Amino acid sequence: MTKLALRALWGRKLRTVLTALAIVLGVATVSGTYVLTDSISSAFDTIFSSIYRGTDAAITGRSAVSKSSTTNLPPFDQSLLGRVRRLPDVAAAIGGVADSSTNLIGSNGKVISFGGAPHLGFSVDPSQPQFNSLSLVTGSWPKSGQVVIDHTTAGKKKIKVGDTIRIEAQGTAIPFRVSGLVKFGTSGLDIGGATLAGFDLATAQKLFRKEGKLDQIRIERKAGVSEAALLAQVRSVLPPQTQVRSGVSQASTDASDTKSFTSFLQDFLLAFGGIALFVGSFVIANSLSITIAQRTREFATLRTIGASRRQILRSVLIESTVMGVLASVVGLFLGLGLAKGLFQLFDSLGFTLPNSGLLLEGRTVVVALVVGILVTVIASLRPALRATRVPPIAAVREGSTLPPGRFARYRAYGSGTLAALGFAALAFGLFGSGLSTTGILVFMGLGALLIFFGVALFSSHLVIPLATVLGAPGAAIGGAAGVLARENAQRNPQRTGSTAAALMIGLALVTLVAMLAQGIRSSFFGAVDQLLTSNYAVTAENNFDPIPVASADPARSVPGVTAVVGVRAGDARIFDATHSVTAIDPGGSKVVKLTWIAGSQSVFETLGATGAFVDKDFAKSNHLQVGSPIPAIVPSGTKQVFTVKGIFKPPPGGSPFGPVTISSATFDRLYTQPQDLFVFINTVGGVTDANTKALDRALAGFPNAKVQTISQFKKNQAAGLDSVLNILYVLLALSVIVSLFGIVNTLVLTVFERTRELGMLRAVGMTRRQVRRMIRYESVITALIGAVIGIALGIVLAVLLIARVDFIVLAWPIGSLVLFALVAVAAGLLAAILPARRAARLNVLEALQYE
Amino acid sequence: MSNVEPNGTVVSARDLTRIYGEGDTAVQALHDVSLDVTGGKLTAVMGPSGSGKSTLMHLLAGLDRPTSGAISIAGQPIADLNDTQLTKLRREHIGFVFQFFNLLPMLTAEENVLLPLTIAGEKPDEQWFAALLEKTGLTDRRKHRPSELSGGQQQRVAIARALVSKPTVVFADEPTGNLDSRTSGEILELMRDSVDSFGQTTVMVTHDARAAAIADRILFLDDGEIVRDLPRSDAKTVIAAMEEIGT
Repeated sequence: MTKLALRALWGRKLRTVLTALAIVLGVATVSGTYVLTDSISSAFDTIFSSIYRGTDAAITGRSAVSKSSTTNLPPFDQSLLGRVRRLPDVAAAIGGVADSSTNLIGSNGKVISFGGAPHLGFSVDPSQPQFNSLSLVTGSWPKSGQVVIDHTTAGKKKIKVGDTIRIEAQGTAIPFRVSGLVKFGTSGLDIGGATLAGFDLATAQKLFRKEGKLDQIRIERKAGVSEAALLAQVRSVLPPQTQVRSGVSQASTDASDTKSFTSFLQDFLLAFGGIALFVGSFVIANSLSITIAQRTREFATLRTIGASRRQILRSVLIESTVMGVLASVVGLFLGLGLAKGLFQLFDSLGFTLPNSGLLLEGRTVVVALVVGILVTVIASLRPALRATRVPPIAAVREGSTLPPGRFARYRAYGSGTLAALGFAALAFGLFGSGLSTTGILVFMGLGALLIFFGVALFSSHLVIPLATVLGAPGAAIGGAAGVLARENAQRNPQRTGSTAAALMIGLALVTLVAMLAQGIRSSFFGAVDQLLTSNYAVTAENNFDPIPVASADPARSVPGVTAVVGVRAGDARIFDATHSVTAIDPGGSKVVKLTWIAGSQSVFETLGATGAFVDKDFAKSNHLQVGSPIPAIVPSGTKQVFTVKGIFKPPPGGSPFGPVTISSATFDRLYTQPQDLFVFINTVGGVTDANTKALDRALAGFPNAKVQTISQFKKNQAAGLDSVLNILYVLLALSVIVSLFGIVNTLVLTVFERTRELGMLRAVGMTRRQVRRMIRYESVITALIGAVIGIALGIVLAVLLIARVDFIVLAWPIGSLVLFALVAVAAGLLAAILPARRAARLNVLEALQYE
Repeated sequence: MSNVEPNGTVVSARDLTRIYGEGDTAVQALHDVSLDVTGGKLTAVMGPSGSGKSTLMHLLAGLDRPTSGAISIAGQPIADLNDTQLTKLRREHIGFVFQFFNLLPMLTAEENVLLPLTIAGEKPDEQWFAALLEKTGLTDRRKHRPSELSGGQQQRVAIARALVSKPTVVFADEPTGNLDSRTSGEILELMRDSVDSFGQTTVMVTHDARAAAIADRILFLDDGEIVRDLPRSDAKTVIAAMEEIGT
């Protein structure tokens, strides 16, 4: 029987390949995800372990707000370095400063940037090479007024040793002479689009506004000294708000942020692999059902010559297992290619990732194979069971068809119940009270799964009415071919329904994403329109990095400027939790209009040294009223009590302010290196070309500070959302492609099945052209049925979700929805190419005799 | 495997009635038919379209169940057998030859012939298998696939497949119905030969007088009843009998 199963597969190569492709893509996504994330993790591991080369212990600042914080740690006094060097167990120690917004300015006057990656600046100390994780490619290490930059950036931007380059960190852009080009470590590690700029310590301190301060001290111990002893000794001289860790643990602490990023990325991508596999399982089940229906006589013959039901079942399951194995193996290796593609995808969409070569772990192989084979076999169970119900007598009956399943007549109720249960679970997950985050996700996931199953099964009942409507244009313009196409689509509603269902899932998700994105965008736009009364906004070139407070200063002296108001942000420990504290310059009432629950616009101008305004939710959960005290601890450890002066209600789309907002003067006193997230500017006469030019000129010394009109600001702030949206679309396209194979497969099988009928049609005068058109129309009708159900379902899901989530409003991405329907039509046309060609090529005589 | 003595009864049917459908649309395809199939003989069932001859064969072979009446094959009543027991019965006692051959297209001629044994998990008797291929003239064609064989050759493969397990009885359903007349003659010769050389009990349903003429006994069915029962006769007699029934 095994041989028989293998022969059956081999004898139907095209069908097998088309069916298997559905699984190949799903498995490729899973294996590609693992390969991608493993490669990223390993690249980050390499980066962090080489950063702490030769380092036995590292001293850093410590945030008083959050112990686990690894970024924006307060710098400490440089004098510590001398004390550490004098410790008996210390062989060598160097101090350094770093800055994550050290922008290299290109010859076009713009910040050099590759896909959202950081712009790292730091001090280098070539006198202590044991600590140096960089190596020179050409040139020499920097002296005062010089810089070394990474050779990748230099190569891309044609920068040579001896050139002058402007660099903007915490002040105006300053010209530096490029003394050398460096690379990270000694290997060919790609650091993923980050730009590097290294300076001597004094220059770096000045550039980063950390004069007399250090961010880190790295220590090498004397021979024979234990790490524990070294750490204990260092601890004895540590001032408050500093900490020491071993080199290894410092490396893993630094890596923890990227670790959580890669594990998020992994889960995120696996979800799409799961979706593709889910869709693939529909395609497999459907293709196998059709194939098995066509093999009715074969199974019946086997029964008459003594095959038992169990043997038939086994034979079909062996077929699907072998197909699953082959598809999974192919998918596994295709995943390597896909991982490469994903690197490029993320790169082109603005998320460049580090890469040290593709990594295929054993776990990837196991998971990809197990998942691929399991999905195939599970999807084939139902068709296999139906094959066992073929009665032996079907061997002697012509045109024998599969008996309907035992539960066929309950299908409508069953699938309806399934979908209803799904909606109930989803609604419970969304609106039920007292659920944990995991609980919510479990119910939502379960609900979505049930809904998709239910709707997919129910879709066969929608085929006839939908095909009547969707096939009408084809019937009107396509003549007989159009009419026949519509009837063909309707004559096996179950088949058309499950073929369309595969596409339905992909389109439902795409629609859901588009609706949510549109909702987020319009709630954000609504918030900007409601809140901002300024004419201009200034942000970093990449729209999200903070900019030095000094950047906006030159705007103040531009004639006609009536207000320049910066908004800064930092963390503080308030009521035993970490909260964002924002601060605003005087003049806030001129650029922002808040809805006040307590207080009024005048609060902006009367914050003084300790005043604060808070948002409604924060006030409510901490029982605050005007006059309530807010005790806060800032990262440097300083304590400060603020007093509530006003309470405001932010719009659904959010506001520039955190839960607690204070005056910028107070903020600058409490926080080292204050930076602005936004600067809002008002001008006499509003937005005019003259004003724009004047502001651009004034801020020319700060290339990273971008002057935008408020409408540009809106668009730019939403740009990140568009990038995310594009990534989601590309990933969901995978499952749409899988369903496309499903359509191709169904049509090819249908053409086989209708060979004799096609021959008859040709014999009575149908042209090849008309045959092709007929198949094409049927394909488009099937695709459109999937699109209509999918888009409708996506809208329903989105409406439910939006009803639950406060910060998204209901908005209709009409353009996108129309586009999705058009994509479905295109998909239908694409899917029909091969089957239509096969159908048109049939030899009339042979087709008539085909049995 | 033939465990029935020659000239004994291998298949017996009593008062078979088969009604298709219910109520107003009910059709009585077979009406109180009784018969015994003698071992080692070739029995032909003749009759015009709709006479119930195919229904009779389906019932005798256990492919369909009678509305009333009893059947036993090799002495075993089959009315109460479940699917597994019926499968076992088919393996041991029944071979089939079909009008449209029903070969598996992906298997070679040899593999098709051996399939019943493969399914039953048995090893072929090499000598018997060689003799069978020789007899059916397939020795040179054993590695060919059905698509590479002519219709006659395909039916030879099917006959060899039916014989390979030495079943108690072979049921042939219009074995020449899809073949030209010259090839039909060869196939009929082969079937006759299998009865003469191997003592293979065979029941053949046909509407071809020439086919019926090779049988040891010819039953005529009309309107669901046996109307004539002839011993071995030539084609002319058969045709005359057919006309007499007056279809």
